[in-house]
Amino acid sequence: MTSFTLNGQPVTIDADPAMPILWVVREKLGLSGTKFGCGIAQCGACTVHLDGEPVRSCSTPLAQAEGREVTTIEGIAGPDGELTKIQQAWISEQVPQCGYCQSGQIMAATALLRDNPAPSDEDIDAAMSGNICRCGTYTRIRRAIKVAAGIEQPLSERMAGEA
Amino acid sequence: MSDLNSKKERGSLAKWSRRGFIGAGVLAGGGLLIGIGVRPGNPVDALRPKVAAGAGEQLVNSWVKIDADNIVTAIVPHCEMGQGAHSVLAQMLADELDAAWEDVRVMQAPADGSYVVSDTARMFVAPFTMNAAAWIEPTWDGLFTQIGRFTDAMITGGSSSIRSTGQYQMRIAGAAARQMLKGAAAEEWGVPTSQITTRDSTLFHEQSGRSAPYSRFAAAAAEQPMDHTPQLKSPAEYRLMGKSKARTDIPAKVDGTAQFGIDAAPEGLDLSYAAVVRPPVNGTSVTSMNAERAMQMPGVLQILNMGDFVAVVGDSYWEAQQALGAIDIEWSEAESPTRSTEDQFVAFAAALDEAGDDGGDEVAAKGDATSAFADADTLIEAEYRVPYLAHAPMEPVNCTALVKDGKCDVWTSTQVPLMARTAIEKAIGLPKDDITVHHPYLGGAFGRRLENDYVTMAARIAKATGYPVKMIWSREEDTQKGVYRPADLSRHKAALGADGKLVGYASIFTQRHDPAEASVPAMYNIPNTSVRVAASDLHLPFAAWRSVDHSQQGWFVESFIDEAAHAAGKDPLEYRLAMLGNSPRHAAVLRKVAEMSDWSAPAAQDTAKGVAIVESFGTIVAEVIEVDMAAGKPKMTNCWAVCDAGFIMNPDGFRNQIEGGIVFGLTAAMYGEIDLVDGAAKQSNFHDYKMLRMNEVPAIEVAIINSGDIPVGGAGEPGLPPAAPALTNAIFAATGRRLRELPIAKQFA
Ligand code: FES
Ligand code: FES
Repeated sequence: MTSFTLNGQPVTIDADPAMPILWVVREKLGLSGTKFGCGIAQCGACTVHLDGEPVRSCSTPLAQAEGREVTTIEGIAGPDGELTKIQQAWISEQVPQCGYCQSGQIMAATALLRDNPAPSDEDIDAAMSGNICRCGTYTRIRRAIKVAAGIEQPLSERMAGEA
Repeated sequence: MSDLNSKKERGSLAKWSRRGFIGAGVLAGGGLLIGIGVRPGNPVDALRPKVAAGAGEQLVNSWVKIDADNIVTAIVPHCEMGQGAHSVLAQMLADELDAAWEDVRVMQAPADGSYVVSDTARMFVAPFTMNAAAWIEPTWDGLFTQIGRFTDAMITGGSSSIRSTGQYQMRIAGAAARQMLKGAAAEEWGVPTSQITTRDSTLFHEQSGRSAPYSRFAAAAAEQPMDHTPQLKSPAEYRLMGKSKARTDIPAKVDGTAQFGIDAAPEGLDLSYAAVVRPPVNGTSVTSMNAERAMQMPGVLQILNMGDFVAVVGDSYWEAQQALGAIDIEWSEAESPTRSTEDQFVAFAAALDEAGDDGGDEVAAKGDATSAFADADTLIEAEYRVPYLAHAPMEPVNCTALVKDGKCDVWTSTQVPLMARTAIEKAIGLPKDDITVHHPYLGGAFGRRLENDYVTMAARIAKATGYPVKMIWSREEDTQKGVYRPADLSRHKAALGADGKLVGYASIFTQRHDPAEASVPAMYNIPNTSVRVAASDLHLPFAAWRSVDHSQQGWFVESFIDEAAHAAGKDPLEYRLAMLGNSPRHAAVLRKVAEMSDWSAPAAQDTAKGVAIVESFGTIVAEVIEVDMAAGKPKMTNCWAVCDAGFIMNPDGFRNQIEGGIVFGLTAAMYGEIDLVDGAAKQSNFHDYKMLRMNEVPAIEVAIINSGDIPVGGAGEPGLPPAAPALTNAIFAATGRRLRELPIAKQFA
C-alpha cells in the first residue's frame, strides 16, 4: 500500500511500488491528462509535480510518492476551476497544436514561473528544454511564458486587426 | 506547370488510395466551385440517431445541428490532429450560415459512410466534373459520394481539409442550411423568403419587425428543399473567414481534459492492457517463443504468439511491458539482402547507374536537355542523399479494442477511420457494419496514422482474448517497427549559359510517391529540363510523411539551385528572382522574404543567411534562415517565412501550422536519421532519434500574402520543404561547405 496526496486528495493504492507514477495515475487513478511519450525521461510529456518539483513520472516509481504530494495537470487550476495565468496564456497565445505534449509543458512552465517570476530567454531554455513538442510550438510556448509573466502583451491584443 | 507533368496518373480511378489522396491535394484549382457539398436528398432521418440524439437537437442537414438553446454545431468529417481543421471548418460553415461564433460548437463526424469526403475523391478522379451545371449536380454528387463510400474516403491528410472539404462541403452546407432556415420562417410568417435576413443565428423580417432564433425553425428547416448550389459569400462579405478566431479545441488542451486515442476509457469496460513486440526486421515472424518466466510475473493475464508479433496482456501497461521483456523470442531469417544503410544506398546507386543519362521513367521533360548540356558554358553536377525518417508523433501508436457478441468497437487515433474499419473486417472476419471506429483527438500523426497496422493488431488481440484491451506501443516499437519516409539518392546536373543563367536542368532519383510533380522545378521556367526516376526497392515500409516527396525533393532542388547561383557568381536570392519572370506570385513571396530578413544587409561575424522557396499543396513558401557558426557548428538564430496560400481562412492558425512545419523540417535536417543495422532500424527513442528542443529552435516570423481568393492552398505541410535547404544554404554561405547529405548535426560533431 502506498499513500500520498493527489491534487489535494489523500489516496491509498495497492500497486507494485516499482510501478512508475505515470501508469498509476493514468490507469489506476483514472487521470489521463498526464501523458506517455517516451518512458525514459527524454520528452517531458509525463511531467508532474512531486512536492512542487517537476519530475518525469514515467521514470519515478510509486514508492517515491509515499507521504508526498503529487500534482498533475488536473490539479493546478483554482478551487473553482479558474485557469492559472499560465493556462490562460496558453489560450491567448494559441499554443497547442495536437496538444499531447502540453500538459507536460504547462507543468514545467508552472514550476519555472513559481521560482522565477520574470525569466530570461536563457532561463526559459534551461527550464523547458527537457520537454519535446513534436508539433513544434516552441516559439509560442516561449511567448506564452512571457505573457503569463507579464513581460509581453497577449496575442489577442497584438492581433486586434485580424480578430 | 501542367505541361511538365505526366498526365498518366490523373483521372485513373484505380489509383485512388490514401497515397493518391495526398497527391490529389494539388489538383485543387479553378474557380470557387459550388453545389457539391450536400448530398442528393437530405438524409437527416438516417443520421439523427448517430449525431443528433440529444434532447432538443435538430439536424438541418448532414453537417448542421441546432439545439434548443440556439447552439449551432458543425459536424466535421476530418480528424483533429493538431492542424486546427475542426475549428476552421466550423468557422467556414458558420460564416456562410451567419451563425454567432460564440455559440458554435464542433463535433467530430462519426466514422460512417455518410461523412466521406466525396469532393476530394471527385477532385482526384474526375476534376472535369467540378464545374458541372447546377441541374446535373445531384447526379454527380451522388456518384462521387458512392465512390467515396466505396473507397472509404474519410481521410485527413494532404493539407486538404480546408481547401477541399472546407471550400466544397462546409461552406455549401452552411449556406444551404441558412437558405432552409429562411424558407421555413418565410412559410410560417407568410412573407417572401427574399425579405428575410439573417445575423448572429437569428432570422429577421424587418418589414413586420419579426425575429426568431434559428432554433425556432431548425426542425421545419430540415423539411425544406435543399439547394445544392446556394449563393456563397464573396470575400467582402466574410465575417469569420479570414479572421484569427481562437481554436475551439484549445481550452481542453490546457487543462488535461482533451481525450486522445490513448486516453480511451469506454464506459462500463474494465480494460486490460497489451504490450507488443514486432519482428526486428520487417516481414519476418516468430519461429519460437519461451514465455514461462514472463507468465509468472505479476499482473500478467495472457501471452499471445500472433505469428507476426507477440503480445502480453496484463492488468496494467507497465506490468505487461515488464513481462514482454522477459520473453525469449526467435524470429525467422529475413529474405531481403539489405542489411545496412550502405546496402540500401548501394542499391539506389546501382539503379541510377543503370538508368544512366536517359533511362528510368520520365517525370517531366521540356526542350532538349541533352543538347543544352552539350552546349553549356558551365556544367555543374551534384549528388544528394537523405535518410529514412520515422514520424514519431508525440502520442505513441495505440489502439483500444473490444470484440464481443459478433461486434467490434475500437477507439483509436487515426487519419482514416473508414479504412480502419475495412482493415479490421479483413483482419478478424466481422462484417464492416458490425465494426465501429471511435476516433478522438490525435496526439500528432504526420502521416503515420494513415496506416492501419496497429488497429488490426489491437482488434486481433481483443478477438483472441475476449477482453477489452488497450494496446500501446513503446516508443522503441514506434520508432523501430513502423513505416518511414524513404531514404533516397538524387543526381542533379545543370547547364549554365555565358551569363550564368540556367539553360538546362536534369535530375534522377529512385523514390517517387506523391505528389507526382514534387521533383519538378516548374516555377523557374528553365528552357530545357529532364526529370526522371529510376525506381529502387525500399527495405523499410513506405508511408506518407509530412509533405511526402516534397520533404526530400524540396531539399534536393533548392540546394542545387543554390549551387547553380554560386557557380554563376550571383546572389542566390537574386538568381532565383531572375528566373521567376513567369511566376509573379513566387517572385512576390521571395521579394517579401528578402525585405523581412533584411537579406542584403552585411552579415555579422560568423553568421550568414540562406534562402529557399518551394510550392507544395497549393501554397508557395519562401524561407530565409540565419545561422551563427561561431561555435564551429550551426546555431540557428532566425527564420523568416513568407507564404501565399491564395486566401488564408484563419491567419493565426495558419501561422501556427507554418511554424510547426518549419520546426519539423529543421528537426529532420539537423538530426533525423533511421539507420539500418542487421536489417533492422537502429534508432529507438528520443535519445538517439533526436528532436529539436526549446533551446535550439530559431526565432520564427511568418508573414502572409493573400494574393487572391482562389485557389486556397494548404497549411499543414507547406512550411516544411523550404526549411532544410534554407538551412544548408545558410551553412554554405557561412562556411563555404556544401552539405549534400542529411542530417547535419553529425557532420559537425
Ligand atoms: S514519457 Fe516521461 S519523459 Fe517521456
Ligand atoms: S502540441 Fe503536439 S506535441 Fe506539442
